[in-house]
Amino acid sequence: MSILVIAEIDSHGIKAATRSAIAAAGQFGEEVHLLLAGADLAGIATKAKSINGLSKILVADASEYAHGVAENLTPLLVKLAPSYSTVVAAATSFGKNLLPRAAALLDAAMVSEVTKIASSRTFVRPIYAGNLNATVDAPAGLALITIRPTVFEAAAETGGDAAIENIAATGDAGKTTFVSRELAVSDRPELATAKVVISGGRSLGSKEAFHDTLAPLAAQLGAAIGATRAAVDSGMAPNDAQVGQTGTVIAPDLYIAFGVSGAAQHVGGIKDSKVIVAVNTDPDAPIFQVADYGLVADLFTVVPELTAALKG
Amino acid sequence: MKILVGIKRVVDYQVTVRPTADGTGVETAGVKMSINPFDENALEAAVRLKEAGVATEVLAVAIGAAANQDVLRHALAMGADRALLVETDAPVQTLQTAKVLKALVEREAPQLVMTGKQAIDDDAAETAQMLAALLDWPQATFASDIQIADGRATVVREIDGGQETVSFALPAVISADLRLNEPRFIKLPALMMAKKKPLENIALADLGNTAAPSLTLQAVNEPPARKAGRVLNNVAELVAALRAEKVLP
Repeated sequence: MSILVIAEIDSHGIKAATRSAIAAAGQFGEEVHLLLAGADLAGIATKAKSINGLSKILVADASEYAHGVAENLTPLLVKLAPSYSTVVAAATSFGKNLLPRAAALLDAAMVSEVTKIASSRTFVRPIYAGNLNATVDAPAGLALITIRPTVFEAAAETGGDAAIENIAATGDAGKTTFVSRELAVSDRPELATAKVVISGGRSLGSKEAFHDTLAPLAAQLGAAIGATRAAVDSGMAPNDAQVGQTGTVIAPDLYIAFGVSGAAQHVGGIKDSKVIVAVNTDPDAPIFQVADYGLVADLFTVVPELTAALKG
Repeated sequence: MKILVGIKRVVDYQVTVRPTADGTGVETAGVKMSINPFDENALEAAVRLKEAGVATEVLAVAIGAAANQDVLRHALAMGADRALLVETDAPVQTLQTAKVLKALVEREAPQLVMTGKQAIDDDAAETAQMLAALLDWPQATFASDIQIADGRATVVREIDGGQETVSFALPAVISADLRLNEPRFIKLPALMMAKKKPLENIALADLGNTAAPSLTLQAVNEPPARKAGRVLNNVAELVAALRAEKVLP
Protein backbone atom coordinates (compact mmCIF):
# COMPACT_ATOMS: atom_id res chain seq x y z
CA MET A 1 0.00 0.00 0.00
CA SER A 2 1.03 3.62 -0.22
CA ILE A 3 0.42 6.91 1.55
CA LEU A 4 -1.75 9.71 0.19
CA VAL A 5 -0.87 13.28 1.13
CA ILE A 6 -3.48 16.00 0.59
CA ALA A 7 -1.96 19.18 -0.84
CA GLU A 8 -3.02 22.58 0.42
CA ILE A 9 -2.80 25.30 -2.20
CA ASP A 10 -2.70 29.06 -1.77
CA SER A 11 -1.93 31.91 -4.14
CA HIS A 12 1.78 31.04 -4.02
CA GLY A 13 1.25 27.35 -4.87
CA ILE A 14 1.67 24.38 -2.57
CA LYS A 15 2.04 25.50 1.05
CA ALA A 16 5.19 24.70 3.01
CA ALA A 17 3.01 22.85 5.56
CA THR A 18 2.13 20.33 2.82
CA ARG A 19 5.82 19.65 2.26
CA SER A 20 6.08 18.91 6.01
CA ALA A 21 3.21 16.42 5.56
CA ILE A 22 5.11 14.82 2.64
CA ALA A 23 8.20 14.47 4.85
CA ALA A 24 6.08 12.91 7.61
CA ALA A 25 4.49 10.52 5.10
CA GLY A 26 7.99 9.46 4.04
CA GLN A 27 8.55 8.04 7.53
CA PHE A 28 6.06 5.21 6.85
CA GLY A 29 8.51 3.63 4.40
CA GLU A 30 5.87 3.30 1.70
CA GLU A 31 5.34 5.05 -1.63
CA VAL A 32 4.01 8.59 -1.19
CA HIS A 33 1.39 10.05 -3.55
CA LEU A 34 0.16 13.63 -3.51
CA LEU A 35 -3.44 14.62 -4.19
CA LEU A 36 -3.49 17.99 -5.87
CA ALA A 37 -7.10 19.16 -6.06
CA GLY A 38 -7.93 22.69 -7.11
CA ALA A 39 -8.61 24.91 -10.07
CA ASP A 40 -6.06 25.85 -12.77
CA LEU A 41 -3.36 23.50 -11.52
CA ALA A 42 -1.10 23.11 -14.56
CA GLY A 43 1.70 25.37 -13.29
CA ILE A 44 1.43 24.09 -9.72
CA ALA A 45 1.56 20.44 -10.82
CA THR A 46 4.69 21.04 -12.91
CA LYS A 47 6.41 22.59 -9.91
CA ALA A 48 5.19 19.83 -7.55
CA LYS A 49 6.79 17.14 -9.74
CA SER A 50 10.21 17.94 -8.35
CA ILE A 51 9.26 17.86 -4.63
CA ASN A 52 11.51 15.30 -3.01
CA GLY A 53 9.90 12.05 -1.85
CA LEU A 54 6.86 11.84 -4.14
CA SER A 55 6.35 9.00 -6.60
CA LYS A 56 3.02 10.11 -8.05
CA ILE A 57 0.84 13.21 -8.18
CA LEU A 58 -2.92 12.82 -8.66
CA VAL A 59 -4.24 15.99 -10.25
CA ALA A 60 -7.95 16.79 -9.92
CA ASP A 61 -8.37 20.08 -11.74
CA ALA A 62 -11.92 21.42 -11.43
CA SER A 63 -13.58 24.66 -10.39
CA GLU A 64 -15.45 23.00 -7.49
CA TYR A 65 -12.11 22.34 -5.77
CA ALA A 66 -11.11 26.01 -5.71
CA HIS A 67 -11.00 27.56 -2.20
CA GLY A 68 -10.61 24.15 -0.49
CA VAL A 69 -14.32 23.70 0.31
CA ALA A 70 -14.47 20.49 2.43
CA GLU A 71 -17.93 19.49 1.21
CA ASN A 72 -16.60 19.29 -2.37
CA LEU A 73 -13.23 17.68 -1.58
CA THR A 74 -14.60 14.97 0.74
CA PRO A 75 -16.21 12.82 -2.02
CA LEU A 76 -12.86 12.78 -3.83
CA LEU A 77 -11.07 11.63 -0.68
CA VAL A 78 -13.70 9.01 0.04
CA LYS A 79 -13.17 7.63 -3.47
CA LEU A 80 -9.37 7.56 -3.30
CA ALA A 81 -8.60 6.71 0.34
CA PRO A 82 -9.50 2.99 0.32
CA SER A 83 -6.52 2.34 -2.02
CA TYR A 84 -4.13 3.73 0.60
CA SER A 85 -2.99 2.64 4.06
CA THR A 86 -2.82 6.18 5.42
CA VAL A 87 -4.04 9.62 4.38
CA VAL A 88 -1.94 12.53 5.64
CA ALA A 89 -2.51 16.29 5.69
CA ALA A 90 -0.96 19.13 7.67
CA ALA A 91 -2.91 20.21 10.76
CA THR A 92 -3.67 23.65 9.33
CA SER A 93 -7.16 25.15 9.28
CA PHE A 94 -7.59 23.48 5.86
CA GLY A 95 -6.48 20.01 7.02
CA LYS A 96 -8.41 20.16 10.28
CA ASN A 97 -11.57 21.16 8.43
CA LEU A 98 -11.32 18.44 5.78
CA LEU A 99 -9.89 15.20 7.17
CA PRO A 100 -12.38 14.46 9.99
CA ARG A 101 -15.24 14.87 7.49
CA ALA A 102 -13.68 12.23 5.24
CA ALA A 103 -12.78 9.96 8.18
CA ALA A 104 -16.40 9.81 9.31
CA LEU A 105 -17.66 8.74 5.88
CA LEU A 106 -14.90 6.14 5.61
CA ASP A 107 -15.60 4.96 9.19
CA ALA A 108 -11.83 5.12 9.64
CA ALA A 109 -9.52 6.06 12.51
CA MET A 110 -8.65 9.77 12.74
CA VAL A 111 -5.54 11.01 14.55
CA SER A 112 -5.15 14.78 14.73
CA GLU A 113 -2.08 16.99 15.17
CA VAL A 114 0.48 14.16 15.23
CA THR A 115 3.92 15.27 16.44
CA LYS A 116 5.69 11.90 16.17
CA ILE A 117 5.17 8.81 14.02
CA ALA A 118 6.41 5.96 16.25
CA SER A 119 5.27 3.22 13.86
CA SER A 120 2.74 2.91 11.04
CA ARG A 121 -0.12 2.80 13.58
CA THR A 122 1.40 4.35 16.71
CA PHE A 123 1.43 8.12 16.98
CA VAL A 124 2.28 10.76 19.57
CA ARG A 125 0.00 13.77 19.80
CA PRO A 126 -0.22 16.63 22.29
CA ILE A 127 -3.29 16.87 24.54
CA TYR A 128 -4.37 19.43 27.16
CA ALA A 129 -2.90 22.39 25.24
CA GLY A 130 0.40 20.59 24.80
CA ASN A 131 0.90 20.14 28.52
CA LEU A 132 0.83 16.35 28.03
CA ASN A 133 1.77 14.00 25.21
CA ALA A 134 -0.44 11.01 24.41
CA THR A 135 0.85 7.92 22.62
CA VAL A 136 -2.07 6.33 20.76
CA ASP A 137 -2.50 3.22 18.64
CA ALA A 138 -4.86 3.43 15.70
CA PRO A 139 -6.68 0.18 14.87
CA ALA A 140 -5.61 -1.81 11.80
CA GLY A 141 -7.01 -0.57 8.51
CA LEU A 142 -7.18 2.88 6.99
CA ALA A 143 -6.04 5.78 9.18
CA LEU A 144 -6.32 9.50 8.47
CA ILE A 145 -3.85 11.72 10.25
CA THR A 146 -3.02 15.40 10.40
CA ILE A 147 0.55 16.25 11.34
CA ARG A 148 1.76 19.36 13.13
CA PRO A 149 3.83 21.04 10.42
CA THR A 150 6.30 22.76 12.78
CA VAL A 151 7.79 19.45 13.97
CA PHE A 152 8.47 17.88 10.57
CA GLU A 153 11.18 19.42 8.39
CA ALA A 154 9.55 20.28 5.03
CA ALA A 155 10.45 18.05 2.05
CA ALA A 156 12.83 19.78 -0.36
CA GLU A 157 11.28 21.45 -3.41
CA THR A 158 13.82 19.81 -5.68
CA GLY A 159 15.29 16.38 -6.23
CA GLY A 160 12.09 14.49 -7.05
CA ASP A 161 10.55 13.40 -10.32
CA ALA A 162 6.99 12.27 -9.68
CA ALA A 163 4.64 10.92 -12.34
CA ILE A 164 1.56 13.02 -12.99
CA GLU A 165 -1.83 11.36 -13.36
CA ASN A 166 -4.97 13.35 -14.09
CA ILE A 167 -8.02 12.04 -12.25
CA ALA A 168 -11.73 12.64 -12.69
CA ALA A 169 -13.43 15.28 -10.57
CA THR A 170 -16.39 14.36 -8.36
CA GLY A 171 -18.55 17.42 -9.09
CA ASP A 172 -19.98 20.18 -6.94
CA ALA A 173 -21.65 18.79 -3.81
CA GLY A 174 -23.95 21.82 -3.95
CA LYS A 175 -23.84 22.33 -0.20
CA THR A 176 -21.66 25.30 0.54
CA THR A 177 -21.01 28.51 -1.37
CA PHE A 178 -17.62 30.12 -0.90
CA VAL A 179 -18.22 33.86 -0.57
CA SER A 180 -14.91 35.57 0.12
CA ARG A 181 -11.57 35.39 1.86
CA GLU A 182 -9.78 38.23 3.61
CA LEU A 183 -6.14 37.52 4.33
CA ALA A 184 -4.00 39.82 6.41
CA VAL A 185 -1.49 41.40 4.06
CA SER A 186 2.03 41.48 5.46
CA ASP A 187 5.54 41.64 4.09
CA ARG A 188 6.74 39.73 7.13
CA PRO A 189 7.16 35.93 7.15
CA GLU A 190 4.19 33.70 7.95
CA LEU A 191 3.79 33.18 11.70
CA ALA A 192 3.61 29.37 11.59
CA THR A 193 6.88 28.91 9.70
CA ALA A 194 8.94 31.99 10.66
CA LYS A 195 12.46 31.35 12.01
CA VAL A 196 12.13 34.25 14.43
CA VAL A 197 8.91 35.34 16.15
CA ILE A 198 8.46 38.25 18.52
CA SER A 199 5.23 38.67 20.39
CA GLY A 200 3.45 41.04 22.69
CA GLY A 201 0.86 40.84 25.42
CA ARG A 202 -1.77 43.19 26.73
CA SER A 203 0.78 45.41 28.45
CA LEU A 204 1.61 46.97 25.07
CA GLY A 205 -1.49 49.08 25.83
CA SER A 206 -3.02 49.90 22.46
CA LYS A 207 -3.13 48.84 18.84
CA GLU A 208 -0.88 51.75 17.88
CA ALA A 209 1.63 51.03 20.65
CA PHE A 210 1.62 47.33 19.75
CA HIS A 211 2.49 48.05 16.14
CA ASP A 212 4.81 51.02 16.66
CA THR A 213 6.81 49.23 19.37
CA LEU A 214 7.22 45.82 17.76
CA ALA A 215 7.32 46.56 14.01
CA PRO A 216 10.84 48.12 13.87
CA LEU A 217 12.33 45.18 15.80
CA ALA A 218 10.44 42.66 13.64
CA ALA A 219 11.77 44.37 10.52
CA GLN A 220 15.31 44.31 11.93
CA LEU A 221 15.05 40.60 12.76
CA GLY A 222 13.02 39.52 9.73
CA ALA A 223 10.59 38.21 12.33
CA ALA A 224 6.87 37.45 12.36
CA ILE A 225 4.81 39.21 15.03
CA GLY A 226 2.64 37.13 17.34
CA ALA A 227 0.32 38.07 20.15
CA THR A 228 -1.32 36.64 23.24
CA ARG A 229 -5.03 36.02 23.41
CA ALA A 230 -5.36 39.01 25.75
CA ALA A 231 -3.71 41.30 23.19
CA VAL A 232 -5.96 39.97 20.43
CA ASP A 233 -9.14 40.15 22.53
CA SER A 234 -8.44 43.77 23.42
CA GLY A 235 -8.05 44.63 19.74
CA MET A 236 -4.31 45.38 19.76
CA ALA A 237 -3.39 42.64 17.33
CA PRO A 238 -5.29 40.81 14.58
CA ASN A 239 -6.87 37.38 15.29
CA ASP A 240 -4.46 35.49 13.08
CA ALA A 241 -1.50 36.74 15.16
CA GLN A 242 -2.63 34.75 18.19
CA VAL A 243 -0.10 32.22 19.41
CA GLY A 244 -1.25 29.33 21.60
CA GLN A 245 -3.67 26.42 21.88
CA THR A 246 -6.48 28.27 20.14
CA GLY A 247 -4.26 30.20 17.77
CA THR A 248 -1.13 29.19 15.91
CA VAL A 249 1.34 26.70 17.37
CA ILE A 250 4.86 27.82 16.54
CA ALA A 251 8.37 26.38 16.91
CA PRO A 252 10.78 29.04 15.63
CA ASP A 253 14.51 29.12 16.29
CA LEU A 254 14.03 32.23 18.39
CA TYR A 255 10.90 33.37 20.21
CA ILE A 256 10.92 36.64 22.15
CA ALA A 257 7.92 37.37 24.39
CA PHE A 258 7.45 41.00 25.43
CA GLY A 259 5.10 41.61 28.33
CA VAL A 260 3.66 38.10 28.10
CA SER A 261 2.75 36.49 31.43
CA GLY A 262 2.89 32.93 30.12
CA ALA A 263 -0.55 31.34 30.61
CA ALA A 264 -0.63 27.56 29.98
CA GLN A 265 -2.71 28.16 26.86
CA HIS A 266 0.03 30.40 25.41
CA VAL A 267 3.00 28.32 26.55
CA GLY A 268 1.44 25.26 24.87
CA GLY A 269 1.89 27.06 21.57
CA ILE A 270 5.55 28.11 21.97
CA LYS A 271 7.34 25.55 24.11
CA ASP A 272 8.93 23.74 21.17
CA SER A 273 10.77 26.89 20.14
CA LYS A 274 14.55 26.40 20.12
CA VAL A 275 15.36 29.47 22.21
CA ILE A 276 12.75 31.36 24.25
CA VAL A 277 13.41 34.86 25.59
CA ALA A 278 11.06 36.60 28.01
CA VAL A 279 11.00 40.29 28.81
CA ASN A 280 8.65 41.16 31.63
CA THR A 281 8.59 43.56 34.56
CA ASP A 282 7.14 40.84 36.83
CA PRO A 283 9.94 38.50 37.99
CA ASP A 284 7.29 35.92 39.04
CA ALA A 285 5.61 35.73 35.63
CA PRO A 286 5.22 32.03 34.63
CA ILE A 287 6.84 32.77 31.25
CA PHE A 288 10.23 32.86 33.02
CA GLN A 289 9.85 29.15 33.85
CA VAL A 290 10.06 28.21 30.18
CA ALA A 291 12.38 31.00 29.02
CA ASP A 292 16.03 30.24 28.26
CA TYR A 293 16.89 33.89 28.79
CA GLY A 294 14.94 36.40 30.80
CA LEU A 295 15.13 40.12 31.32
CA VAL A 296 13.17 41.59 34.21
CA ALA A 297 12.66 44.95 32.59
CA ASP A 298 10.21 47.28 30.91
CA LEU A 299 9.59 46.20 27.34
CA PHE A 300 9.24 49.83 26.24
CA THR A 301 12.91 50.31 27.19
CA VAL A 302 14.16 46.93 26.02
CA VAL A 303 12.61 46.83 22.52
CA PRO A 304 14.24 50.06 21.23
CA GLU A 305 17.56 49.13 22.90
CA LEU A 306 17.49 45.70 21.29
CA THR A 307 16.57 47.16 17.90
CA ALA A 308 19.44 49.63 18.15
CA ALA A 309 21.92 46.97 19.31
CA LEU A 310 21.05 44.76 16.34
CA LYS A 311 21.52 47.62 13.90
CA GLY A 312 25.08 47.55 15.22
CA MET B 1 -36.12 26.51 14.44
CA LYS B 2 -34.55 24.23 17.01
CA ILE B 3 -30.81 24.35 17.77
CA LEU B 4 -29.01 21.38 19.31
CA VAL B 5 -25.80 22.27 21.15
CA GLY B 6 -23.28 19.56 21.99
CA ILE B 7 -21.32 20.26 25.16
CA LYS B 8 -18.52 18.39 26.89
CA ARG B 9 -17.42 18.25 30.51
CA VAL B 10 -13.65 18.69 30.70
CA VAL B 11 -10.94 19.43 33.26
CA ASP B 12 -11.16 23.15 33.99
CA TYR B 13 -8.84 25.21 31.80
CA GLN B 14 -6.97 26.62 34.79
CA VAL B 15 -6.00 23.21 36.19
CA THR B 16 -2.46 21.92 35.62
CA VAL B 17 -2.99 18.31 34.56
CA ARG B 18 -0.67 15.40 35.39
CA PRO B 19 -0.36 11.87 34.05
CA THR B 20 -1.65 9.10 36.31
CA ALA B 21 0.98 7.29 38.40
CA ASP B 22 1.18 4.39 35.92
CA GLY B 23 1.51 6.76 32.96
CA THR B 24 -1.45 5.37 31.04
CA GLY B 25 -3.93 8.19 31.51
CA VAL B 26 -4.61 11.67 32.85
CA GLU B 27 -5.27 12.26 36.55
CA THR B 28 -8.85 13.55 36.80
CA ALA B 29 -9.83 12.30 40.27
CA GLY B 30 -10.68 15.23 42.54
CA VAL B 31 -9.88 17.70 39.77
CA LYS B 32 -12.17 20.67 39.03
CA MET B 33 -14.34 20.01 35.96
CA SER B 34 -16.16 22.60 33.83
CA ILE B 35 -17.98 23.05 30.56
CA ASN B 36 -15.54 23.09 27.63
CA PRO B 37 -14.90 26.82 26.93
CA PHE B 38 -15.54 26.53 23.17
CA ASP B 39 -18.87 24.79 23.86
CA GLU B 40 -19.81 27.75 26.03
CA ASN B 41 -19.28 29.97 22.96
CA ALA B 42 -21.51 27.65 20.91
CA LEU B 43 -24.21 27.73 23.58
CA GLU B 44 -24.02 31.51 23.90
CA ALA B 45 -24.46 31.85 20.13
CA ALA B 46 -27.49 29.53 20.21
CA VAL B 47 -29.10 31.43 23.09
CA ARG B 48 -28.52 34.75 21.29
CA LEU B 49 -30.18 33.34 18.16
CA LYS B 50 -33.17 32.45 20.32
CA GLU B 51 -33.24 35.91 21.91
CA ALA B 52 -33.13 37.41 18.41
CA GLY B 53 -36.20 35.38 17.45
CA VAL B 54 -34.32 33.24 14.93
CA ALA B 55 -34.48 30.06 17.02
CA THR B 56 -37.44 28.80 19.03
CA GLU B 57 -35.73 26.18 21.18
CA VAL B 58 -32.19 25.46 22.38
CA LEU B 59 -31.44 21.88 23.41
CA ALA B 60 -28.16 21.17 25.23
CA VAL B 61 -26.80 17.63 25.05
CA ALA B 62 -23.86 15.89 26.69
CA ILE B 63 -22.49 12.36 26.57
CA GLY B 64 -20.82 10.69 29.53
CA ALA B 65 -21.17 9.83 33.21
CA ALA B 66 -24.00 11.07 35.44
CA ALA B 67 -21.69 13.86 36.66
CA ASN B 68 -22.32 15.59 33.31
CA GLN B 69 -25.55 16.88 34.82
CA ASP B 70 -23.54 19.76 36.29
CA VAL B 71 -22.47 21.12 32.88
CA LEU B 72 -26.00 20.59 31.56
CA ARG B 73 -27.42 22.61 34.48
CA HIS B 74 -24.83 25.28 33.59
CA ALA B 75 -26.15 25.21 30.01
CA LEU B 76 -29.75 25.53 31.23
CA ALA B 77 -28.75 28.46 33.42
CA MET B 78 -27.15 30.15 30.42
CA GLY B 79 -30.48 29.92 28.59
CA ALA B 80 -30.91 26.45 27.06
CA ASP B 81 -34.57 25.35 27.24
CA ARG B 82 -33.93 21.72 28.05
CA ALA B 83 -31.10 19.26 28.34
CA LEU B 84 -30.41 15.68 27.44
CA LEU B 85 -27.71 13.42 28.87
CA VAL B 86 -26.65 10.32 26.98
CA GLU B 87 -25.33 8.31 29.88
CA THR B 88 -22.31 6.03 29.68
CA ASP B 89 -19.34 5.37 31.93
CA ALA B 90 -17.15 4.27 29.02
CA PRO B 91 -14.87 6.80 27.30
CA VAL B 92 -16.40 8.15 24.08
CA GLN B 93 -14.13 9.35 21.26
CA THR B 94 -14.96 11.79 18.49
CA LEU B 95 -16.44 9.55 15.79
CA GLN B 96 -18.62 7.75 18.30
CA THR B 97 -19.70 11.15 19.67
CA ALA B 98 -20.64 12.16 16.12
CA LYS B 99 -22.70 8.98 15.73
CA VAL B 100 -24.49 9.61 19.03
CA LEU B 101 -25.21 13.20 17.99
CA LYS B 102 -26.54 11.93 14.66
CA ALA B 103 -28.95 9.65 16.50
CA LEU B 104 -30.09 12.62 18.59
CA VAL B 105 -30.53 14.76 15.47
CA GLU B 106 -32.79 12.08 14.00
CA ARG B 107 -34.80 12.06 17.22
CA GLU B 108 -35.00 15.81 17.78
CA ALA B 109 -34.93 17.17 14.20
CA PRO B 110 -32.96 20.42 14.83
CA GLN B 111 -32.18 22.74 11.91
CA LEU B 112 -28.80 23.65 13.34
CA VAL B 113 -26.24 21.78 15.43
CA MET B 114 -23.55 23.75 17.22
CA THR B 115 -20.47 22.59 19.13
CA GLY B 116 -17.18 24.12 20.18
CA LYS B 117 -14.40 23.87 17.60
CA GLN B 118 -12.41 21.58 19.90
CA ALA B 119 -12.39 20.21 23.44
CA ILE B 120 -9.50 21.47 25.57
CA ASP B 121 -8.72 17.95 26.86
CA ASP B 122 -8.24 15.82 23.72
CA ASP B 123 -7.67 18.89 21.47
CA ALA B 124 -9.01 16.78 18.57
CA ALA B 125 -11.21 19.35 16.73
CA GLU B 126 -13.03 16.58 14.85
CA THR B 127 -16.58 16.03 16.11
CA ALA B 128 -18.46 18.79 14.23
CA GLN B 129 -16.91 17.83 10.89
CA MET B 130 -17.68 14.15 11.49
CA LEU B 131 -21.28 14.87 12.41
CA ALA B 132 -21.78 17.08 9.34
CA ALA B 133 -20.38 14.24 7.19
CA LEU B 134 -22.66 11.59 8.71
CA LEU B 135 -25.70 13.82 8.24
CA ASP B 136 -24.53 14.92 4.76
CA TRP B 137 -24.99 18.52 5.92
CA PRO B 138 -22.79 21.55 5.20
CA GLN B 139 -20.28 22.50 7.88
CA ALA B 140 -18.76 25.76 9.04
CA THR B 141 -15.89 25.15 11.43
CA PHE B 142 -14.03 27.74 13.55
CA ALA B 143 -16.91 30.22 13.23
CA SER B 144 -16.40 33.79 14.46
CA ASP B 145 -19.64 35.30 13.10
CA ILE B 146 -23.01 33.74 12.23
CA GLN B 147 -25.88 35.44 10.43
CA ILE B 148 -29.07 33.47 9.76
CA ALA B 149 -31.90 34.67 7.53
CA ASP B 150 -34.47 32.97 5.28
CA GLY B 151 -33.19 29.48 6.06
CA ARG B 152 -29.61 30.32 5.06
CA ALA B 153 -26.56 30.86 7.21
CA THR B 154 -23.65 33.14 6.36
CA VAL B 155 -20.66 32.30 8.52
CA VAL B 156 -17.25 33.94 8.93
CA ARG B 157 -14.57 31.32 9.64
CA GLU B 158 -11.17 31.86 11.23
CA ILE B 159 -8.52 30.42 8.89
CA ASP B 160 -4.72 30.55 8.83
CA GLY B 161 -3.70 34.08 7.91
CA GLY B 162 -7.18 35.62 8.01
CA GLN B 163 -10.88 34.89 7.64
CA GLU B 164 -13.23 33.52 5.04
CA THR B 165 -16.98 33.75 4.56
CA VAL B 166 -19.16 30.84 3.47
CA SER B 167 -22.89 30.57 2.96
CA PHE B 168 -25.28 27.60 2.90
CA ALA B 169 -28.86 26.52 3.36
CA LEU B 170 -29.84 24.97 6.70
CA PRO B 171 -29.74 22.37 8.17
CA ALA B 172 -26.05 22.58 8.99
CA VAL B 173 -23.37 22.05 11.62
CA ILE B 174 -21.34 24.98 12.95
CA SER B 175 -18.37 24.82 15.34
CA ALA B 176 -17.56 27.87 17.43
CA ASP B 177 -14.26 29.69 17.68
CA LEU B 178 -13.49 31.66 20.88
CA ARG B 179 -14.04 34.89 18.94
CA LEU B 180 -17.67 34.12 18.21
CA ASN B 181 -18.84 35.86 21.38
CA GLU B 182 -18.30 36.53 25.07
CA PRO B 183 -20.36 33.96 27.03
CA ARG B 184 -22.66 35.56 29.59
CA PHE B 185 -22.09 35.46 33.33
CA ILE B 186 -24.67 33.30 35.09
CA LYS B 187 -26.64 35.07 37.82
CA LEU B 188 -28.08 33.26 40.84
CA PRO B 189 -31.77 33.52 39.78
CA ALA B 190 -30.88 31.89 36.44
CA LEU B 191 -29.16 29.10 38.33
CA MET B 192 -32.25 28.58 40.49
CA MET B 193 -34.51 28.57 37.44
CA ALA B 194 -32.27 26.04 35.68
CA LYS B 195 -33.11 23.51 38.40
CA LYS B 196 -36.73 23.52 37.22
CA LYS B 197 -35.93 23.01 33.54
CA PRO B 198 -36.24 19.49 32.07
CA LEU B 199 -33.13 17.30 32.01
CA GLU B 200 -33.67 13.90 30.41
CA ASN B 201 -31.40 10.87 30.68
CA ILE B 202 -30.97 8.31 27.91
CA ALA B 203 -28.77 5.23 28.10
CA LEU B 204 -26.17 5.12 25.33
CA ALA B 205 -27.30 1.60 24.39
CA ASP B 206 -30.84 2.89 23.71
CA LEU B 207 -29.60 4.96 20.77
CA GLY B 208 -28.75 1.89 18.67
CA ASN B 209 -25.38 0.98 17.27
CA THR B 210 -22.91 3.84 17.66
CA ALA B 211 -19.72 1.75 17.50
CA ALA B 212 -16.79 3.47 15.79
CA PRO B 213 -13.08 2.82 15.28
CA SER B 214 -11.26 4.19 18.30
CA LEU B 215 -7.71 4.92 19.30
CA THR B 216 -6.07 2.99 22.14
CA LEU B 217 -4.28 5.19 24.63
CA GLN B 218 -0.88 3.60 25.29
CA ALA B 219 0.83 6.21 27.40
CA VAL B 220 0.55 9.76 28.68
CA ASN B 221 3.75 11.65 29.41
CA GLU B 222 4.77 15.12 30.37
CA PRO B 223 6.78 16.65 27.53
CA PRO B 224 10.51 16.90 28.31
CA ALA B 225 11.09 19.85 30.61
CA ARG B 226 13.07 22.70 29.14
CA LYS B 227 16.44 23.21 30.78
CA ALA B 228 16.47 25.94 33.39
CA GLY B 229 16.93 29.41 31.96
CA ARG B 230 19.03 32.37 33.06
CA VAL B 231 17.96 35.84 34.03
CA LEU B 232 20.23 38.40 32.39
CA ASN B 233 20.98 41.96 33.45
CA ASN B 234 20.73 43.99 30.28
CA VAL B 235 20.18 44.02 26.53
CA ALA B 236 23.91 43.72 25.75
CA GLU B 237 24.09 40.43 27.67
CA LEU B 238 20.97 39.21 25.86
CA VAL B 239 22.38 39.98 22.42
CA ALA B 240 25.66 38.24 23.34
CA ALA B 241 23.80 35.16 24.62
CA LEU B 242 21.60 34.92 21.50
CA ARG B 243 24.61 35.28 19.22
CA ALA B 244 26.32 32.48 21.16
CA GLU B 245 23.22 30.35 20.53
CA LYS B 246 23.53 31.24 16.82
CA VAL B 247 19.94 32.47 16.64
CA LEU B 248 21.03 36.04 15.90
CA PRO B 249 23.50 37.12 13.20
